Amino acid sequence: MTWVVQALMALGLFFAVMGNLGVFRFPDVYTRLHASSKCGTTSVFSVLLGCMLAEGLSAMTGKIIAISIFFLITTPVAAHIIGRCAWQRNVLPWRKQKPRSEQS
Amino acid sequence: MVDILVHLAALLAAAALLLALYRFIKGPTAVDRVIAFDGLTIVTITAILLGALAEGRGIYLDVALVYAVLGFVGILAIARYFFQGGKQQ
Repeated sequence: MTWVVQALMALGLFFAVMGNLGVFRFPDVYTRLHASSKCGTTSVFSVLLGCMLAEGLSAMTGKIIAISIFFLITTPVAAHIIGRCAWQRNVLPWRKQKPRSEQS
Repeated sequence: MVDILVHLAALLAAAALLLALYRFIKGPTAVDRVIAFDGLTIVTITAILLGALAEGRGIYLDVALVYAVLGFVGILAIARYFFQGGKQQ
């Protein structure tokens, strides 16, 4: 393993930990969804890039490219489906202040 | 050296899994649990790919692909269940 592969591994794990830290910490469905989907795509994609660099040009490369294309398509679609589901179930977005109608 | 790095990577993946698992157990709404399930799937796929990279076995890539497909189909099924056939409630 060269240092490029190790750096890509570390980057992927960094994004995985940060995305799940966002899921752990954020106050709302939509912010959690934002953190989870962005960091999920990035972490898996960088680890796949590390796999591709470690393997070199072989029969594995096609498989890795297929997995990354699948990921780039399905992760935003899944996030969109979850977000639309939350919106249609009337989950309210988080606000720092209460809405004006509840204040008075 | 590489052994220590692999152990450190497994530790980080376990930390990420615990963070998502907290939200999966504690989440106030069902949508939070779906998001946590998505996060768990992604961390598991990352761990499988790191295992493939550390062991040098290409067969784990197929496992990761099948896991990704099953996670996506699971989210679709849960969304269908919430929507009741794609229509608004």
